[in-house]
Amino acid sequence: MAQLKAREVLFAPIFANNPIALQILGICSALAITTKLSTTITMCAAVIFVLTFSNYFVSLIRNMIPSNIRIIVQMTIITALVIVVDQFLQAFAFQLSRELSVFVGLIITNCIVLGRAEAFAMQNPPLISAIDGLGNALGYSVVLLAVGFSRELFGSGSVLGAQILPLVAEGGWYQPNGLMLLPPSAFFLIGGFIWILRSYRTEQVEKEPFEIGPNTRTSPAF
Amino acid sequence: MKDKNSVGNVLRVATGVCLVCAVIVSTAAVTLRPFQEENRATFRQLNVLQAAGLHEPGMDVALAFERIERRIVDFDSGEYVDPPGGFDPVRAVRDPAQSNALSGDPAGIGRRTHYGEVFLARAEDGTLERVILPVHAYGLWSTMYAFLALEPDLRTVSGISFFEHGETPGLGGEIENPRWQENWVGKQVRDEDGNVRFRVDRGRTPEGVADADHRIDGLSGATITSRGVENMVQFWLGEQGYGPYLARMERRLEIGEVL
Repeated sequence: MAQLKAREVLFAPIFANNPIALQILGICSALAITTKLSTTITMCAAVIFVLTFSNYFVSLIRNMIPSNIRIIVQMTIITALVIVVDQFLQAFAFQLSRELSVFVGLIITNCIVLGRAEAFAMQNPPLISAIDGLGNALGYSVVLLAVGFSRELFGSGSVLGAQILPLVAEGGWYQPNGLMLLPPSAFFLIGGFIWILRSYRTEQVEKEPFEIGPNTRTSPAF
Repeated sequence: MKDKNSVGNVLRVATGVCLVCAVIVSTAAVTLRPFQEENRATFRQLNVLQAAGLHEPGMDVALAFERIERRIVDFDSGEYVDPPGGFDPVRAVRDPAQSNALSGDPAGIGRRTHYGEVFLARAEDGTLERVILPVHAYGLWSTMYAFLALEPDLRTVSGISFFEHGETPGLGGEIENPRWQENWVGKQVRDEDGNVRFRVDRGRTPEGVADADHRIDGLSGATITSRGVENMVQFWLGEQGYGPYLARMERRLEIGEVL
């Protein structure tokens, strides 16, 4: 039973309950750092680390945290983890950390991280919380990688810096799509991702909150 | 636990969490600092090489930098100096004993150190190839740091490399665009008399102007950043900057001295 639950917790957020596609959380960073696949991968790794461990540590002390300061305690734990990640990147991946600039620090404000700490880790034991964090981070990563891959391929004609589509400017045939390098293109791509996901998993389609009734009465003005 | 919302427990949990997090964060910061400082130093060297046009992708920066000689210059006299204990530009600018407040401050930098760094790139046989000057000025939001490389005639720009700034991405931030930086190559920043003559246009430099060699295309949508770049060159090559040093170097070149 517990085994089944762990698997469900890990894999459900990837397609069935994806934090970006279904809950529309954490899309701010999805716009900013997905012009290149290499920065996207780094960002995903950072979020996976932070989300897994923040859930674990929050859950570890969940029974001690007074409810009136719980958010600030969660934020302190998340912030400490993000600073550690940032310091590591500056030490071992300096070029990438310059490209990501403030966006590593902004993981602190990524709604998915605080959302999972508050919604899951505060109620569940540490191990399953860590798995939930990992699963949600993977769900976030799947969308980000898809966006990052499309943006780099169609915006610069390359994947991970290796030229796939030869550019017109360098004597090839591919005219790069400049829109892909601009942040709004990520909206279109995420929208496309959600569309594909919901045509496959129709239960995710939201019900219309109301329906416009037929016009039954002619207005006295006419 | 009796009451986890009691004042005592709030204080206990808050203090405990802060202490543990502080220890983790400071341990990471302290143990990783040597690596980070090495990265920053390499990044600076990389930008010196880029400004000088000596950088190729995938090269060993530290090895290539061995060909570059770092000298310290006294701005007022223009002479080389050898301050005991070395010279750290970052520390010196904060030290009142090593820097002075500027009265007229076109570049918006507040204080200027008494000494400055100069990087001399030499060919295999020791002849001078490039003189690379670190320069900085205030743009719209931030101080922009760059290396400006000059040909051995000390008038022609051989390259520029902006390596640190906080200007608006896409507008003023385009100062780090290599395509714009290419415009600088071959421009004259000083005239025959050794005076600074340089200007950043608004938009493109008009076709066929007589002094096109002394002008550079401005960045559209970034008037104040462009003006900051102009002031930067004016200031650092002028009397308060490297002007006396360049003039002295030119005299030495005229009498045929090998630099």
